[in-house]
This record gives sequence, structure tokens and C-alpha cells, in this order.
Amino acid sequence: MQTKRTTFPGLWLPLALLAPQVAITLVFFIWPASQALWQSVLRQDVFGLSTQFVGLDNFARLLADPLYHNALVVTFWFSLGTTALSMSLALLFAVMVNRMIRSRDTYTTLLVWPYAVAPAIAGVLWWFIFNPSIGILPYVLRGLGYDWNHRASGTDAMILVIVAAAWKQISYNFLFFLAGLQSVPQSLIEAAAIDGAGRFKRFWTIVFPLLSPVTFFLLVVNVVYAMFDTFGVIHATTEGGPSQATTILVYKVYRDGFVNLNLGSSAAQSVILMAIVIVLTVIQFRYIERRVNY
Amino acid sequence: MVENSRWADILAHAILILGVALVAFPVYVAIVASTHPAGTFVRGVMPLLPGAEGWENYRTVIVEGRSRAGTPPIGGMLWNSFVMAMTIALGKIAISLLSAFAIVYFRFPFRLFFFWIIFLTLMLPVEVRIVPTFQVVADLGMLNSFAGLSIPLIASATATFLFRQFFMTVPEELMEAARVDGAGPMKFFRDILVPLSVTNIAALFVIMFIYGWNQYLWPLLITTDPDYFTIVMGIQRMARGGEQEPLWHLVMATVVMAALPPVLVILFMQRLFVKGLTETEK
Repeated sequence: MQTKRTTFPGLWLPLALLAPQVAITLVFFIWPASQALWQSVLRQDVFGLSTQFVGLDNFARLLADPLYHNALVVTFWFSLGTTALSMSLALLFAVMVNRMIRSRDTYTTLLVWPYAVAPAIAGVLWWFIFNPSIGILPYVLRGLGYDWNHRASGTDAMILVIVAAAWKQISYNFLFFLAGLQSVPQSLIEAAAIDGAGRFKRFWTIVFPLLSPVTFFLLVVNVVYAMFDTFGVIHATTEGGPSQATTILVYKVYRDGFVNLNLGSSAAQSVILMAIVIVLTVIQFRYIERRVNY
Repeated sequence: MVENSRWADILAHAILILGVALVAFPVYVAIVASTHPAGTFVRGVMPLLPGAEGWENYRTVIVEGRSRAGTPPIGGMLWNSFVMAMTIALGKIAISLLSAFAIVYFRFPFRLFFFWIIFLTLMLPVEVRIVPTFQVVADLGMLNSFAGLSIPLIASATATFLFRQFFMTVPEELMEAARVDGAGPMKFFRDILVPLSVTNIAALFVIMFIYGWNQYLWPLLITTDPDYFTIVMGIQRMARGGEQEPLWHLVMATVVMAALPPVLVILFMQRLFVKGLTETEK
């Protein structure tokens, strides 16, 4: 890793400059992570009096646990739904805004502000709109002959949390898609138009392939968002229910650790989640290196 | 030439207006709901036009709170959120500026090792190591304090990377000139590097303020004393308190108050916000 060509002399000064960040990282990041690793191979008895070393037994139990399988499946559908919904809407809006000249900034402003709304608040907002007794959407759906009830139906609850999580993320995806679209060379599009390619053909054969680095980057970011940043959406609305239908992995770690007080299992889940984050981060960074080399 | 069709333009505007409406709809509903009396929500469907009780509802949530439901007046919670968000944003910027300066402008042993330690924080979001992090904070006696709310969230790899990238683009000559003139490292940092970084600092501040304001899981875990509740976690207690239907008019008034500050930050600093968002992801 580079430094400047010439550097300041000294050893204690740079160490002192690094000290605050390194101290916080060690105390609040590295140490807890290593504790999670350590606790994941221990098991406490019911009263918390004795602790014994159980090797990988926590992991074995976890992987054999149907509830954990359920959380994996739920997380998969939730991430897929959130990512697909927010990215497709964001791409649609970005393509439309990119056509505009005078109204571009106005539309951008009107579309980006939900980024500032906390996931938990987004959850409460949609929880209200979907409220089975007074909500506006269940009222409309009843008119269409569908009886909406996210307190009883797992599918309804899943749709609710996906909509809430995706709604908040549209603005982020929109900004990156718009930036990507603006870097597509106009000359390519004009050349295709001269060759007789229509609007849709131009989009799918020129613009969309050129956007693929942005799309891929957003894919990773959105999966990370759906898996790790949406705790608030779940906790403030469905609380993982009904009957575990919206218990995503992050929510299960919290629930097993703080409500069910099963520390060994919670730690083992933490370790698995860390492995997932590390893989996703590596993928993201590999992509960035590629982009720099272009 | 690319064709210009009037109908395509109209269609695009129609889609965007629908999109803007879709995006704004939940907040519109919340604002409307916050202006109605409690009785509106007992039966029937939620109103879509504003009512007349707006001032009364906002006065209730800001000044009185609802002690029976366990939520203090939101004035205090708003203040806690503000302190937490400011501490996190300024703290992240301060320690990241210092560590990026050390990494770029000095050569010392274990430089790479420290860089990797900072980098690791990217891979360990608080959500995945909730229980042991909570235990550390509890052992340090930092539960129910502003220090506990903010310090564990202050370490930031993204901010350090951003400043490192930026420092690498600062011309070498500036530092050489400063050294010729006899300026020490800290003088160079204070009088040249920090003033040059002002735009980056501001952009980062916008992102980090929103990040801090919107924290949910962390304050939920480490505050049990209502004096330290933040507004975002307080809403959950109001919306889900007990089995009976929540008092929607007050919940929605609180929601509006909780969402307003970060939304205003984005609206007034949109350029910095976009810059911050796109730069921190590089």
C-alpha cells in the first residue's frame, strides 16, 4: 500500500493518531467477534452455572434445526424480493428521469428523500397502511375479493416487510442507476438509432449491458442491506411472525441471544453470519478493483 | 438522430409522477393520520384527507408524552437522537481523519497491520455480533449512557478509506512546501489538509448523521432508562405497546417528527448527500 513520496518522520505520532480508531475497533469489533467465535464452541447449562466445551456441536445442532432452515429460506425470499422490487423500480425511474432535461433535478429530489427514513420507521409506516382493520390497502384488497391479514398469513406478512424494506431502498438504487446511465456514451445510442434500433432494442442491447457493473454492485449492496440492515423493519412490525414466517437470520440471532438466552446457538449463528458478510465484502471489493482497471 | 416523441415524453412523466406519488404515499398517509382525533381510527378505513387536530396531537407527543405506555415526551427522545447522531458523525470523521493522515503521511512498522484492523470493521456489522458486543458494553458499565450509545458505532472503515483516497490525490508539493517552511506534521494537518478536505468532510457528515439518527437495534439493546431512549426506537414501543390497537394519531405524529430531521438534511444538502453516498461506496 502506498504512502506519499515523502513522508513525515516519527513513530509515536502516527501510532498516537491511529490509537483512537484502533482502540475502538479492538474493543468493540475484534474482541466481540472473537468472543462470538469462542462462545460458538461452548454450551451453558440451563441455569447458566457451568459451561462446557462442545466443539462444533452448536453448529451441528443449528444445521439440523428445522427452525434455522426456515430462517435461511425466509432470508432468501426476503432478500430476493426486496432486491428485485427496489432495483427494478429504481431502474425504471432512473431511465425515465435520464430522458428529462429541465425536470431532472426536481424528480431526483422527490425520489431520493426516503433514504433518510429509518428502516424501523419505514416498517411502521407500511404496518399502518396494511393494518387489517383500518388500513387503506386491505380495504382496497377486500373490494377486490382478497382478505388481507398479515397477522395470520405468512405470505401477507412477507409481502408487507418486503414492500417496507424495498420502499426505503429505491432512492439509493435510483441514484446509482442514474449516475450509471449518465455515463453511457450518447454516441453509441445515436449510432444504434441510425441503424434503425428502436427504443426497447437500444435499451436492452446497449444501455443495459453497459449498466451491468452498476447492476452487479447494487445487487451485492442490496443483498447486504436486506440481510443485515432490515432488522428494524422486522422488529418494529411482524416480530418475525406469524409462526416464524418473517424470521430472517439477523432477527433470529437477536431473538435466540436476548429473548431465548441460548448463547451458544446465537454465537454459532453470529459466526455463520460473519462468514456471509466476509464473502459478500470480498465479492464487492473484487468488483471495485475490476472497475478501477477499466 | 434519436427520435423525439411527444407521447413517450408524456408517458415518462406519467410514470415518474406515479413513482413520486408511490414513494410519498406512506408519508402522506402518516401526516394525514397525525392530524385526526383518536376516534377516527376506531372503525372504518383510515382517512386520506387531513383532519383538524394536528396542533393538539403534536403538542401532546412533544410536551406530554404518554407515560402510561412507557414513552416519555418525544422532545427528550429527539434530543437524544440528535446527540447520538452528532457524536457518531463527528466522532467518525475525527478519528478517520487522524488515522487516514497517519496511514498516508507516515511510514512506520505494522502500518499494513493497522490498516487491516480498520478494514475488518467493514466485515463485522453490529447486527452479526450483537450478544458479545452488548456484553462488552455492559462490562464497561456503558449501558444507559451517551457514550454507550455512540462510541461503539464510531469506528468506520468507509470514512477512513474515503479520506485516504482523498489524501492520495493531494499534490505532493503542498507537503514538501510545508516542510521547507518548517511546518510540523500536525501544523500541516491542521492548516492545509483539513481545510482541503472540507467538502469531503461535509459530504461524509450528511451520510453519517443519517446513519446515526436511524440506529435502531443498538439503542434498543443498551437503553432501558427512558431518559436515553432515541426517537426511532421509541416509536416501536408506542406502535407495539400491548395488545390493544396503538393510538395511531399519536404514533404517526411521532413518526413524522422522527423522520423530519434526516429528511430535511437530505433536502437541504442534496448535492453533498449524493457526493457522500457515491464516494463512500468506492
